[in-house]
Amino acid sequence: MSAVTATTTTTAEAAAQGPSRARPGLAVLRAVLGNTKALIGAIMLLIFVVAAAVPRVFTSVSDPNKKFELMLPPGAGHILGTNAFGQDIWAQLVWGTRPSLLIAVVAGALASVLSVIIGVSSAYLTGIGDNLLSLLTDVFLVIPAFPLIIVIAAYAGGGGQTVVVLILVITGWAYGARQLRAQAMSLRNRDFLESARVRGERTAYIIVAEILPNMVSLIAATFLGAALYALLTAAGLQFIGLGNSSTVSWGSMLHWAQTNEALQTGQQWWVIAPGLCIGLLGASFALLNYAFDEISNPALRPVRRRKGRK
Amino acid sequence: MRFIVRRLGFFVVTLWVALTVNFFVPRLMPGNPAEAMMARYKGRINPEALKALEVAFGLNTQKPLPVQYVDYLGNTLTGHFGISLTFFPKPVGEVVSQALPWTLGLVGITTIIAFVLGTVIGMIGGWRRNGIVDSVLPPVFVITSALPYFWIGLVLILVFSLGTNGLLPNDGGYDPTLDPGFTAIFIGDVIRHAILPAVSILIVSIGGWILTMRNNVVTTVAEDYIRMARAKGIPNRKIMIGYAGRNAILPNLSGFAMSLGFVVSGSILVEFTFNYPGVGYMLLQAVNNQDYPLMQALFVMITVTVLVAVLISDFLTAWLDPRVRTAD
Repeated sequence: MSAVTATTTTTAEAAAQGPSRARPGLAVLRAVLGNTKALIGAIMLLIFVVAAAVPRVFTSVSDPNKKFELMLPPGAGHILGTNAFGQDIWAQLVWGTRPSLLIAVVAGALASVLSVIIGVSSAYLTGIGDNLLSLLTDVFLVIPAFPLIIVIAAYAGGGGQTVVVLILVITGWAYGARQLRAQAMSLRNRDFLESARVRGERTAYIIVAEILPNMVSLIAATFLGAALYALLTAAGLQFIGLGNSSTVSWGSMLHWAQTNEALQTGQQWWVIAPGLCIGLLGASFALLNYAFDEISNPALRPVRRRKGRK
Repeated sequence: MRFIVRRLGFFVVTLWVALTVNFFVPRLMPGNPAEAMMARYKGRINPEALKALEVAFGLNTQKPLPVQYVDYLGNTLTGHFGISLTFFPKPVGEVVSQALPWTLGLVGITTIIAFVLGTVIGMIGGWRRNGIVDSVLPPVFVITSALPYFWIGLVLILVFSLGTNGLLPNDGGYDPTLDPGFTAIFIGDVIRHAILPAVSILIVSIGGWILTMRNNVVTTVAEDYIRMARAKGIPNRKIMIGYAGRNAILPNLSGFAMSLGFVVSGSILVEFTFNYPGVGYMLLQAVNNQDYPLMQALFVMITVTVLVAVLISDFLTAWLDPRVRTAD
């Protein structure tokens, strides 16, 4: 969580540039392509998306639970060997991409929608409404989420995918809301918004057509942060056996590896591979975030580019 | 003064929200888990404990919900959490207080080390833009921050414990064959057991501090007072620490408060990985044994600890930054 969120901390206030007339989608694309780190992140993410959509591209095994010989070392037939159940670790890894990516993206997206709604309304309401929403945001930010998640999951009896997503959304929106509120506050008194008001535009139009386009980069950063949070938290939950352990995902692989003492019995790939995938997917989110950071905070752009412009 | 009152108010409100959530979660879950739990326990534990549980979860009482709620708040605030089922018949409060020092020691000290180290590295990185520190470390730590805490722990066990034939222990908080006490041998053993869990937390959490501090310094360097200090001929190092660093650290400090929840969340899994006898490990034990009173007490305890830490960092910020004290 911390890397993505940390890079955006300073951007909130510095972020408010004037209204850019370029299409925001295009600016995002240009920023991603023009930034090496972000480009690497995008390519990594693309590979994971392909693995999630068409697992058969990467593995010939059509069922990740198919049994082979037990505990084979990595070799020709099985790139990463097989585990104590006789499952092919590489096949599990590839097939496990879909649920892991899906939960990160879905929970991340829902949490960012909540962040936008609460953050922007908080900036637009004044007085008691803003105070209450800010307080709510801060409270949710400070209460340690994971113990709460554990308690809820324990009562919900493990729970299906829906419960997990719901918990991740409830605990994951606050950081983004805080950042978005700060940026919306600094936009609030800009001239271009004043002119929209003078033109007699409705508030809904102003928020959707004038404010949100100027917040695209921070909203994207919020989404990436929330998705990373969801990915790590869901994996943690599955690792301790509170998620859905019967679906094949990276978190449940780690769970079964740990309960079967994979490290002590020489099946280290069963542990290393899924954790590495979580880390690489998370890193792809964090690297993509570099691009959005630099759109929203020009001070962070590499120095040489600035020289060229002078 | 006003700032302190406001922060104390926030402390109280947050605590109240946490306690309220804690009260309603078992009562509002579909299928009433509290009742299901009671059914499971019937015959397994003695009637006295059953009675205590019924009171704790508001079952078989004629009291309406609001009265139960007030009773619960009163009991919690006076430290009456009920009786633990795992460690029957010890009261939950006693069980928790055995685990708390372990977590405070491990997570507390590690977090402070990560904060100080991360801030210094970030300051140097931001001050020498595009220097060695600035170009190598941030990308590395972007990746480490995206790794799951527990997985780092597992890899460390593989390399430094199993890979070195048990040079560093990977299980528990101390060697159970030793006599606990303030002897050099025991303390040394505790430290040896803490190294791998501490390094796991450090590796993941330090990246955030480095990046935030680096970005703060980059923004601060453009300020006029830095140029002024340069014009006055103050040594570079002094400007970095006394001018840029000093101003850049303030947002980092409030960030410290905000990210503590994340660190604590990650530490729970680290404790689980290393069987470290802290509150996180105990929480998971409570979940596995369906020891609901212990579980809820631990959640309250962890929340209170985090809130106190947040309060301390708030006061520290107010002490360091006069603008915070006077701001409305």
